[in-house]
Amino acid sequence: MEIDEDLKAFLVESNDNLNQIEGDLVALEQNPTDEELINRIYRNLHTLKGNCGFLALEKLESVAHAGENLLTRLRDRQLSLNPEITSSLLQVVDSVKQILTSLESIGEEGDRDYKALVEKLHGLEESRNLQEETSEETPEEEENLTIYQSSSIVDKTVRVDVDVLDKLMNLVGELVLCRNQILEFTNQKNDTALADTSSRLDLVTTELQEGVMKTRMQPIRTIWNKFPRLVRDLAINLGKQVQLEMEGEDTELDKTLIEAIGDPLTHIVRNCVDHGIESTPTRLAAGKPASGKILLRAFHESGYVIVEIGDDGGGIDPEKLKLKAIEKGLITSDRAARLNVREALNLIFLPGFSTAKRITNLSGRGVGMDVVRTNLEKIGGTIDIYSNLGRGTSFKLKIPLTLAIIPTLIVTTGGDRYAIPQVNLLELVRLEGEQARKGVEMVHGAPVHRLRGKLLPLVYLNKELKLDTSECNSSADNHETLNIVVLQATNKSFGLVVDSINDTQEIVVKPLGKQLKHISCFAGATIVGDGKVALILDVQGLAQSAELLSDKQSSSIIAENTEQEQYGDETQMLLLFEGADNRRMAIPLSQVARLEEFPQEAVERIGQQKVLQYREEILPLIYLSSILDNNVDRDFSVPSVDGKIQVVVVSLGKNLSGLLVENIVDIVEERISVKGAATQEEIKYAAVIQGKVTELLDVEAVIKKALPYVFQQDRSVALSRV
Amino acid sequence: MQESTLIKQHQFCTFFLEELFFGIEVEKVQEIIRYQQITRVPLPPPEVGGLINLRSQIVTAIDLRRRLDLPEYSGESLPLNVVVKIEEEIISLLVDEVGDVLDVSDDRFESPPDTLTGKIRQLIRGAYKLENCLLLILDVEKTVDLTAF
Repeated sequence: MEIDEDLKAFLVESNDNLNQIEGDLVALEQNPTDEELINRIYRNLHTLKGNCGFLALEKLESVAHAGENLLTRLRDRQLSLNPEITSSLLQVVDSVKQILTSLESIGEEGDRDYKALVEKLHGLEESRNLQEETSEETPEEEENLTIYQSSSIVDKTVRVDVDVLDKLMNLVGELVLCRNQILEFTNQKNDTALADTSSRLDLVTTELQEGVMKTRMQPIRTIWNKFPRLVRDLAINLGKQVQLEMEGEDTELDKTLIEAIGDPLTHIVRNCVDHGIESTPTRLAAGKPASGKILLRAFHESGYVIVEIGDDGGGIDPEKLKLKAIEKGLITSDRAARLNVREALNLIFLPGFSTAKRITNLSGRGVGMDVVRTNLEKIGGTIDIYSNLGRGTSFKLKIPLTLAIIPTLIVTTGGDRYAIPQVNLLELVRLEGEQARKGVEMVHGAPVHRLRGKLLPLVYLNKELKLDTSECNSSADNHETLNIVVLQATNKSFGLVVDSINDTQEIVVKPLGKQLKHISCFAGATIVGDGKVALILDVQGLAQSAELLSDKQSSSIIAENTEQEQYGDETQMLLLFEGADNRRMAIPLSQVARLEEFPQEAVERIGQQKVLQYREEILPLIYLSSILDNNVDRDFSVPSVDGKIQVVVVSLGKNLSGLLVENIVDIVEERISVKGAATQEEIKYAAVIQGKVTELLDVEAVIKKALPYVFQQDRSVALSRV
Repeated sequence: MQESTLIKQHQFCTFFLEELFFGIEVEKVQEIIRYQQITRVPLPPPEVGGLINLRSQIVTAIDLRRRLDLPEYSGESLPLNVVVKIEEEIISLLVDEVGDVLDVSDDRFESPPDTLTGKIRQLIRGAYKLENCLLLILDVEKTVDLTAF
């Protein structure tokens, strides 16, 4: 319905005010003597009341007025804050919200009666008000002054309709494409003046794009604001004591993303209070402080925003999860027995899974963690869970900064180009000649490819999109080459077979018209460099339409695991290197996170430990020579070639460490047939690889020996996060 | 038409499809553009011709021949785009040939002739009797809503 501009402005402003009041009230409860807080609440409520006067909203005014009077008593120290007063004031906020909602939808205040609340407020106001009466007029005058003062700050900002920003964003996208074309055109001409102008255009466009993107950013505080109240109410309701701490409230995200992660975050926070934090007696019995802690943390990391929600509650028992999953028929007991802790924890994301022993009115309303994950995946985010039995649980959400511009891989199939979001991309595999013919095997009618010993289900893009295969027989039919894009969909990876892989491109995502919206394989469309339209593939949708994620999922996982065990030892991808004293060594590539080269000067130290700064983390360095020679002295000299050091970054659990090697030789795929006994405990066994005896390093044992504290840390990681 | 000052006049943007003469209220037409490269979309309803890039906006093109159950185009020339704006959504209709913008008066209007059958009958609102031919008025809202008929 149409509402007039004044009312609209009032609603927007009042909602802001209310959120502020609500947050301040909860903060005030923790810190009842903070005058600054009381004054701010008072001012905001006063402004709200004043505004209602203009619009003749009687009910709203009476509720706000009663609340304001009560606050006056608090401010003048004639009353002190107690839970009853806080609750009543929060009720004022709720009632005002109700009225505002009703104003927004029907344009009237609604027919609820707030007399009881007003009287209760009056009652509280009079309750211990036996001290001398103060005149109410004077303080109001003072407050008016403060309001004027604070409004000068407000004047610096302008409210802009999101539609206007969207339009600006679109225009900038258009400009970016235009710029790309002009740059290409400039490169063909040999004109310095033109080149100068277009490089300036290039710069300005980039800056403009960044600027416009920035206007759409909002601090994550906008959703976190409601959590203190939520946690407080929940905790009181459940008779628990919970403290909420927040870090990085200023971390900014695109507005659409802020809206999209609101519900998932609320759900997780609710779960933490309801299921995570134990009741006070249980906590005391376990030797923990009576009050539980929930920590929200947000920060930027390599182009993503990370949001962590941790509690120091009871943690999740993976064995219980397994039992529950078996009971619900989600997995077989065979499969359950094979799950490691991490996989077991991930069971909570399965649809139809809820561990709540009893259904409370707070969580367990049928909205499970699977919905949380689905919602996050819709916006290109991911969620991980870490838990430590008895010590706490933490969730880690990885969210893209913006949805408007995303990095993609451009592929061609059937003569058309398609864009695949890189967030779903694992790796690219290209098979040629003999390999291409033999690379695809059929299991029960389904094509699969053996990728490093694991079976990768294959999906042919042209078949999935029902493209006319006669047009694209050139590469698909005679199996000269086979291009496989390995993609990650929910918990399942699969290989997408395409005709050719073009390149990577940052694209501007545009929605599809409503005639095409229902096709789940497409997430949208974009305009590529040459001005043509390309469709963006929706990896989840594609997997679903290929029935990879349907009921067959669990059975195929079981099948896959059995196959894997069978073939596990057959071939392995190995990283060959010269570790120490020219000893030829290998480790499985699956344990390698990256290979890096650093200048020698980059090595720093913490105590005796040599470290490197690596991707905003501190990477401990392990020099193989010193470990294998039983010389645990960490103060080794760093081997370098031309001032450069070679580091194999390995991951163990969540921790990265750097193995300092002398020389990286090769990556091979090898069937290990000849095995010899190891000569020391950090070596698993010796084998013949590429015709030479090579020692297979036991990475875990090496790290355990070199960095014993890493293991302790790993165990306490869930706690250290909260 | 001088005598018809009391009778309401309407302006129609006209086009041809398979020898048939169609009109769309001129207010609903945003622009008419020559042939644009069309990106085909796999798996769509057959009436969707593909996507075109209209000044960096991605617009769905509807193959009007298929939508109206007319035979596939056999001629040489490429289809033209009649770009319409319906409920804030921009859609292109692919047509054979574009005619003039015509002023016609309401007294010449009649409901669809009985001889018309099939989808066409559902998707036109009626016809104006002109000197030499009939001008069929397309119900654009129904035409772009592929779930209707």
